[in-house]
Amino acid sequence: MIYEIKNISFHYSSNKRLIFKNVSLSLKKGQILSILGPNGAGKTTLLSCMKNIISPVSGEIFLCGKDIRKMNVKEIASLVGYVPQSHTPAFGYSVFDFVLMGRAPKIMMYHKPKVEDEEAAWKALEMLGITHLAEKAYTEISGGEMQQAMIARSIVCHPKTLLFDEPTAHLDYGNQLNVLRLIKKLSNEGYAIVITTHNPDHAMLLGGLAAILDKEGNLSVDHVDVIINEKLLKNVYNADLKLIKVPELSRTACVPSDL
Amino acid sequence: MEVVKKRKAKQNVINIAFVLLLLFLVMLSLYIGKYPLTIKEISQILLFKSLGKKGVWEPMAENVVLGLRLPRILAAILVGSSLSLSGATYQGIFKNPLISPDFLGVSAGACIGAAIAIIMSLSSTYIQLFAFFGGLLAVMLTLTIPKLIRSDSNIVLVLSGIVVSGAMSSIMGFIKYTADPQKELATITYWQMGSFSYVSMGSIYSVLLPIVLSCLVLFVLSWWIDIVSLGEKEAKSLGVNVSYVRNITVICATLLTASSICIVGTIGWVGLVIPHFARMLAGPENPRLMPTSYLMGAIFMLIVDTINRTLGSAEMPISILTGLIGAPFYGWLLYKQRMRLQ
Repeated sequence: MIYEIKNISFHYSSNKRLIFKNVSLSLKKGQILSILGPNGAGKTTLLSCMKNIISPVSGEIFLCGKDIRKMNVKEIASLVGYVPQSHTPAFGYSVFDFVLMGRAPKIMMYHKPKVEDEEAAWKALEMLGITHLAEKAYTEISGGEMQQAMIARSIVCHPKTLLFDEPTAHLDYGNQLNVLRLIKKLSNEGYAIVITTHNPDHAMLLGGLAAILDKEGNLSVDHVDVIINEKLLKNVYNADLKLIKVPELSRTACVPSDL
Repeated sequence: MEVVKKRKAKQNVINIAFVLLLLFLVMLSLYIGKYPLTIKEISQILLFKSLGKKGVWEPMAENVVLGLRLPRILAAILVGSSLSLSGATYQGIFKNPLISPDFLGVSAGACIGAAIAIIMSLSSTYIQLFAFFGGLLAVMLTLTIPKLIRSDSNIVLVLSGIVVSGAMSSIMGFIKYTADPQKELATITYWQMGSFSYVSMGSIYSVLLPIVLSCLVLFVLSWWIDIVSLGEKEAKSLGVNVSYVRNITVICATLLTASSICIVGTIGWVGLVIPHFARMLAGPENPRLMPTSYLMGAIFMLIVDTINRTLGSAEMPISILTGLIGAPFYGWLLYKQRMRLQ
């Protein structure tokens, strides 16, 4: 078991309203969990708790069998790879150096990356097929390439699990599918993966588990085919969405019925 | 991996070239000046003195080389490299290429600290301490304003620096107004303008330790500054203790600025412009940027001070020259980067 989350709740210290309450879920090696929910429901906050950047006000999180509160930041960082929403850094670091920063959990403070770290970064670039970008400035590549570089950075320490915060936001349609394909491939390699997304169809394409975080802060988790139904989608998004079996694709797709 | 190795080799070539250029400029700067000296005399004096042997030369020549020109050259190198290294650090740690020790109010704060110590007729050690705490207080004030209005933007940090600098210069004005016009006012004014003419080996020794230590810490932490510059949340998710890195580097950078101000007063623009030049040559990654920025700062300051010392009959305050070179360059930089800043 990679993640074992028991009854966690969270609110910010400035506002006592619970962002989510009594959330429980567990995640095994190779499993994908897609978290769906309306804007502002607290999906990113939940990921931050799973990364121990913030701590839940109650409940427990176990990462690889250990209580996350008793682990140090480096230990957590080397087990959990994090792919943030796209961003623009102030400086145009080369893609290679950007990926190399992912080795930080393995490097002691006051030390610098060694040749073995550089080789690991290069391998991550090779795995994603972006070695041609190594020397390019991170600020000057396309959104899809940035997402690839961020994924390369998250796997450079060989973590057990990867957290993606809306990996398909800001990408064109083709690149959205590329990223989903990559996520599927990574889960086949054994990574336990959590993604947040706004698109129910993405969860259905990925398969595995899905979770819905509603405005009240309740999270329900189950297999994606079980949990996603038209009534629930209507509730969460306040829109008419239809689940349609597509025989040509032998899968169910989620499409809006009308405008 | 080939491209990575090639890049490292290129970096080494750049830095070695700068070291050689710096050595050449040191010799040149020892050579030129109003008192005529030959290369042979200079080498003899330097060589024999450093080996502790006795040689034959005019006492005046020794005085000019060891008492006048060498301290100035060493001070120029020390101050130029310190200011540009602290500028590069501030820019990296606050992820903002538009700031420098002057823009954050560090220089103004350090100046006030020093001025207070001068008015209280304290010794040079205290002037240094007061300058350091003045600078640190100013940078903390500058950083508090964006937090209060909950903004993370580059422009707000720059504006906040303007607010703090403005307040500082008012306080400075008040201190000058109350200072004794015969003695203290002149000393304080000299501090504010910056000058290398009163530098002695003694004043260099007094700041050498904090400068060397701060530089070492910053060089060692350079890679971690890169990570912090990605933003607090991302750095944390990479397992980095952000506040530790930020506190240590800000203290070191402030110590560098304050120490420079202690021996030569405030010198504007170096901490802003040189890191930019270095970034163009070495790239934005701090492990490569910092050594290049350090060497370029030393070279720039040495050239400017040597020109100042030898051109014309009277010497100008050094800030006038660095401003004349720095301000147009900053304008050009804004023009060049206008796309990226938006």
